[in-house]
Amino acid sequence: MTHEHQCNHYLPELSDYLDGELSSELCVELERHMAECEKCRIVVDTTRKTIELYQTATDSQKAPSEVKERLYKRLHLEDFLSKTDGQITDD
Amino acid sequence: MQPEVNIEKLIQHDRSEYASLVEAYTDRLYRMAVRMTGNDQDAEDVLQETFIKVFRSIEGFKGNSSLSTWIYRIAMNEALMLLRKRKPEGFSLDEEDEDEDLTPHEVAAWDPLPEQVLLSTEMNRHLNEAVMLLPETLRSVFLLRDTELLSVKETADTLGITEGTVKVRLLRARLKLREYLNTYFREPGLEIVT
Repeated sequence: MTHEHQCNHYLPELSDYLDGELSSELCVELERHMAECEKCRIVVDTTRKTIELYQTATDSQKAPSEVKERLYKRLHLEDFLSKTDGQITDD
Repeated sequence: MQPEVNIEKLIQHDRSEYASLVEAYTDRLYRMAVRMTGNDQDAEDVLQETFIKVFRSIEGFKGNSSLSTWIYRIAMNEALMLLRKRKPEGFSLDEEDEDEDLTPHEVAAWDPLPEQVLLSTEMNRHLNEAVMLLPETLRSVFLLRDTELLSVKETADTLGITEGTVKVRLLRARLKLREYLNTYFREPGLEIVT
């Protein structure tokens, strides 16, 4: 198998590798290939970073307080909306 | 981690339990809807309609899937319905080209980014714009699996597709996003021509 063919051979396994779901045998093969192939190392690393970027951004995303306020009103649950979440007060 | 909600109490229309459910799912459903529709107003509509449908049909929840999967399925269907409405008549949702070559074209190491950049509004906007470039079939899988952290099986159950299809679409989505983001993050001069 040529070097380029090897890269294409491992590409379908990339997701399982990143998710830790690749069989140990294939994992060893892929890591052996990556030790010699800078292109595949970079593709694996930047794909992992892509996933991490979205997960980091996701952790910090909250629904705006006015969106929550309108939601609770629409659901007739405004008495459960905490003051810190929305603008509703006891008045 | 999935929030604990008492389904029996929901079926009995316990308002306090409804409020707990809304509290537990609002942020996650809203952010998923923003990224799925690319529009804050549409996302708010998805959020509201999802909870209304959950409350109306909780008695029909059979427990064949987890409550979380069931709620995500309703939300995703709402989002997809809105996207369909936006398309001109006769156009179906964007689907991925299964024969498309997945070989990475742009290969370059990425600059490490400081935390304040990672959490910035601009970064978030950039990530949302990139995800909107994916066809809906790939976007839905990516969001459920990689941002909402559903398992492959839960993602498959939510979208009504096989686990094998989830894996294929997830790989395509990840590689396409990597390619889109590459132009933003790559270190100058380190590109490997392929």
